[in-house]
Amino acid sequence: MAIRVAGALEIKPKKGVVDPIESLGRTILRSRVLEDKLGNLYRAGRIVGGVYLGRGQEALSGAGGLALRKGDIFAPLIRDMAGRLGFGEPMVDALRAYLGSRLGPMKGRDGNIHRGDLTRGILPMISHLGAMVSTVAGVLVAKRMKGEKGRVGLTCAGDGATSTGSFHEGLNLAAVEKLPLVVVVADNGYAYSTPRERQFACEDLVDRAKGYGVEGHGVDGTDPMACWRVLHHAVERAREGAGPQLVVGKLLRLCGHGEHDDGSYVEKKIKSSERGRDCLEVMEEGIKKRGQEKEWQGWREEAQREVEEAVAKVSAEPVPDPFEEDWRATQSDGMAEVMVAS
Amino acid sequence: MSVTYLDAIRSAQEKALRDDPRVFIYGQDVGKFGGAFKATKNLAEKFPGRVVDSPISEDAMVGMAVGAAMEGMRPIVEMQFADFSTVGLNQMLNHAATTFWRTGKPCPMVLRLPSGGTPGSGPFHSQSMEAIYSHYPGIVVMTPATVEDAYTMLLEAIELPDPVVFCEHKLLYYHLKSEALPESAVPAFRARVVRTGRDITCVTYSAMVHEAVAAAEELAEEGYDVEVVDLRTVKPLDTDTVLASVARTGRLLAVGESWPWGGASAEVVARVASEGFELLDAPPKRLNAKDTPIPYHPNLWAAHRPTAVRIAAGLREVLRY
Repeated sequence: MAIRVAGALEIKPKKGVVDPIESLGRTILRSRVLEDKLGNLYRAGRIVGGVYLGRGQEALSGAGGLALRKGDIFAPLIRDMAGRLGFGEPMVDALRAYLGSRLGPMKGRDGNIHRGDLTRGILPMISHLGAMVSTVAGVLVAKRMKGEKGRVGLTCAGDGATSTGSFHEGLNLAAVEKLPLVVVVADNGYAYSTPRERQFACEDLVDRAKGYGVEGHGVDGTDPMACWRVLHHAVERAREGAGPQLVVGKLLRLCGHGEHDDGSYVEKKIKSSERGRDCLEVMEEGIKKRGQEKEWQGWREEAQREVEEAVAKVSAEPVPDPFEEDWRATQSDGMAEVMVAS
Repeated sequence: MSVTYLDAIRSAQEKALRDDPRVFIYGQDVGKFGGAFKATKNLAEKFPGRVVDSPISEDAMVGMAVGAAMEGMRPIVEMQFADFSTVGLNQMLNHAATTFWRTGKPCPMVLRLPSGGTPGSGPFHSQSMEAIYSHYPGIVVMTPATVEDAYTMLLEAIELPDPVVFCEHKLLYYHLKSEALPESAVPAFRARVVRTGRDITCVTYSAMVHEAVAAAEELAEEGYDVEVVDLRTVKPLDTDTVLASVARTGRLLAVGESWPWGGASAEVVARVASEGFELLDAPPKRLNAKDTPIPYHPNLWAAHRPTAVRIAAGLREVLRY
């Protein structure tokens, strides 16, 4: 049942369709430039709370976001800026969450990677790993009951999240219901500081697909076009009714768990291995080979402009005001008396 | 023809399934089998595809309902026993309960918990979970004590835009009966004065309402007039009705079947002490189960939980202050 894809496959752009190389290349660049800026803002003390980056994971994440269509559901985890941008989350939403703008989707009530926008089909993650798997399954069950066809849900996890009961319960439930769910596991070698061999004893997480009765796809997460191909294939399989798809991308997190963490526990030999390649550099190299060096530079400059403009815009926006906050956790009438009394 | 508390729960679900296409039921053995307590008997046949068996995965069951609610459905999740809902706590407390606050979008779902002790059920099939759920913001917690409330409050729970924990008491399932299903309901989130009295207020909820009424009758023979207040919904807590009752009687005993540390009875005492201090003629007291896991043997169980006898003793203590 498991389908393994080794190495990159050349993808030829079709007429009238966005060139996948440009599309993924731009997404990786936008994500990297934005996250570099977030790191700088964090060090400058502009951000309240933590900053969690997806450096090195942009190809896998971005390919997932780009493989989805409008009307699909995306439930990212903490290293999925690229997937968010690929799926269509506006850059200002990220900045509004990190900089605490009142105009952001979470209005300062929640921040950073916990943002989402249900109207766009982006579910705001909770911090408890694995929890989003069953939640996306629930959205898909609801869509099926409503007769809405052809929708796919995609959620992301890390190798650490696969150790949770929640991940297992969710994927098992989705398999039983044969839902159009794609679960993308970024096996980045470390869950915070814990190496994968302290996390699980199996050789390759994609082998678990058979145990769940779902289709599994292993991919080199440092190879952008392989990620593009595998993610599009998995999303299409889910869309055509083949049930849940487990995609496992092998790569390395090229930063700490958060910007507060220097990641000094990552072994040198892994950093210098194939797994430690930077997908952005792999992409850049491929683009240069295609003779598109100028375009690449142009996309980078465009991303930089977009980030600077968004930062300037969001920096001028109002911050949350405790006196204007209504402090209500429920919508039901009659619940307010609880708040008054306490 | 009589209607049991369990019939009321089944009928409310049947009505909701019939009236609202957004409603569906998800839980272990709820389909063709009709549920461990038969609360969904015949519903799978009547509503194909909408009364669905789940894997034994409490976390994923609640997580699935959260997603379905976000997508506009009105899921009802049946836990086989309230005790097992601890496995699904994360999804309920951290996901369902935070969704409206975080996103401004509703998460309307009902978590049905077959709750409370029955003889021989032991530590893992007897728990009352209302205190844990009430502690977290973002959840409505209902604890119906009567056939009428089991029916009308479950319908209300399904209609509310918020996540609701519906604590139905297993001891009442088969034995508590009424003539017919009710045609009107007590207003939502309002407590009900079950029995009026002048001498002392006993505030309680769920199965303990019946123990409190029995205790009140015992004390009536001794010349004491006990007012019994059924909270019906423990969150939000109807402080007004409680304070109004204490204003009439000047004394308070709060009773709960759950454990003594914190909880609904502690909340009642705290509110009366801080907001109604000058109404009191005696220190407000409360009575709960003992602070141990719930015993298996009926002899131990009967001594573990508050009963009419213990409530009567508690009432006398406050009355004699």
